Amino acid sequence: MSVTAATDWSRVRPQPSALARLFDWKPFLVFICMLPAAALLLVFLTYPLGLGIWLAFTDTTIGRSGRWVGLENFEWLMGDPIFWSAVFYSVFYTAVATVGKFGLGLWLALLLNNHLPFKSLLRAIILLPWIVPTVLSAIAFWWIYDPQFSIISYILVDRLGILDHNIDFLGSTWPARWSLIAANIWRGIPFVAISLLAGLQTISPSLYEAALLDGSTPWQRFRFITFPLLLPILAIVMTFSIIFTFSDFQLVYAITRGGPVNSTHLLATLAFQRGIPGGQLGEGAAIAVSMIPFLVFATLFSYFALARRKWQQGEGND
Amino acid sequence: MSEATLAAPEPRPTATVAPETMSWDSRARRVVTIYLPLACFVVILLFPFYWMAVTAFKPNAELYDYKTYNPFWIASPTLDHIYKLLFETAYPRWLLTTMTVAICATFLSLLSSTLAAYAIQRLRFRGSQYVGLAIYLAYLVPPSIQFIPLATMVVQLGLFDSPLALILVYPTFLVPFCTWLLIGYFKSIPYELEECALIDGATRLQILTQITLPLAVPGLISAGIFSFTLSWNEFIYALAFIQSSENKTVPVAILTELVSGDVYQWGALMAGSLLGSLPVAIFYSFFVDYYVSSLTGAVKE
Repeated sequence: MSVTAATDWSRVRPQPSALARLFDWKPFLVFICMLPAAALLLVFLTYPLGLGIWLAFTDTTIGRSGRWVGLENFEWLMGDPIFWSAVFYSVFYTAVATVGKFGLGLWLALLLNNHLPFKSLLRAIILLPWIVPTVLSAIAFWWIYDPQFSIISYILVDRLGILDHNIDFLGSTWPARWSLIAANIWRGIPFVAISLLAGLQTISPSLYEAALLDGSTPWQRFRFITFPLLLPILAIVMTFSIIFTFSDFQLVYAITRGGPVNSTHLLATLAFQRGIPGGQLGEGAAIAVSMIPFLVFATLFSYFALARRKWQQGEGND
Repeated sequence: MSEATLAAPEPRPTATVAPETMSWDSRARRVVTIYLPLACFVVILLFPFYWMAVTAFKPNAELYDYKTYNPFWIASPTLDHIYKLLFETAYPRWLLTTMTVAICATFLSLLSSTLAAYAIQRLRFRGSQYVGLAIYLAYLVPPSIQFIPLATMVVQLGLFDSPLALILVYPTFLVPFCTWLLIGYFKSIPYELEECALIDGATRLQILTQITLPLAVPGLISAGIFSFTLSWNEFIYALAFIQSSENKTVPVAILTELVSGDVYQWGALMAGSLLGSLPVAIFYSFFVDYYVSSLTGAVKE
């Protein structure tokens, strides 16, 4: 009697099968779970990164595997004025666009942090430039910058009468450079503003109330409460923004393709032009690889800015 | 200067705090400092879309004549450009390719990043922190330094000019992003629920499929819509890997196929841009809250 009861009891919880036990064994489960992501990233991210660095030291062209040429590609680039102009414009583009995006984005975030009607609708509208494919909004900017039918020229010349001739936005070096920066800032503002808005909303209102009671000015409240508490998020968003602005491709490729006379090439567009249509894969890879030091520098810079901040607040660095 | 020094001895609370709170709430000041700049921002951020839409529905006669017609408005709207785009180009085909690539890449990256995020955040193996950091760093590798070696790889694998190449390559930037977002999301689910299930005798797989995943559905939706949008917007890989007209994705095709010769068909170009933006914009409008919350959540992590 008691024996049957015991078997009944054990039948309620049968021993799991070997396969089920294997999946319950933690090292195996970890392996299975990490496998797809790790395989994808190792094959299509890590390996190409190494391959790109190797290609930079070879003379590979399309249709012919290259041989090792050492630093020849880089020596050739050192004496190439177009490469140096691309380096200069990449740094200039990143610096000016980042300052613009963060200045205007922070302002917009502070505006949105007030009590406003239709707040969520407003946020949805503001994110729109960030959602729409960059190339497509770049084409719209291309049309806005048209030499003959530019709407900006129309407003300035025919409506306001400030100028007496149309602006040739993309026809000469500096106007083209500034026009691209303006388009990049336009596209970057929403991301910065919405991310910083998230940071602003975590700041406790009681801090502002205390500061108001102490007789602080609005500038002091911004300088000593908003800004320091926003700094960690600012550092992260800025890392992303700098990296993706420096390696930007779409906007420049869509609007000017590096012209006029190669003056608006960024390193990415120059690498593309030399590598894919030009067929000089080795040289293109060398240009792309020369972006890496700048990107590493940008990452380390913002990482240490962030780490210092945490250390000052006495938080753990996790 | 002298006025300020004279005013200083006066009783401070009434002099500073009261006027400030009053001016803070005053209507005129609010309009000038908040609504006016906000209106400028909204107008500037939306103007290119308005201009896109207006151009897409304008007949050519109005398009290039600002003297007789007001450029900001359409005198006689036409569907010519849209018609031309839909029936005289391969636009429906491009749309289909883009949709397929975006959906497959999203599915692939969602699957692998869910598993990876679960392993990193919940199974907590030795060194999981470093794996998490490595995935974060993987997100910082921009596509513009990867496309040349990837192009040679794609050619060697025999995938050149095939949408499959894009489906396999897009997860390189989708997986890090989704994993990062989902790690944050899994963190917000109480671990006690899993412990209870473990005590009740559930296996780890049962816990994942029956407890953690159902609770993580909002996070999965966020990751999915972000992946979809990012793959819809991707440009440089699609430009480098696809050559034949019918396999191009919408952003690439509009830039390379509709721009022909020296005379740009601005009407058709703008119609293409508008129709290419519309699917993501509609998709976005359905899930806007997820976008905002996951964007802000990902940044806060």
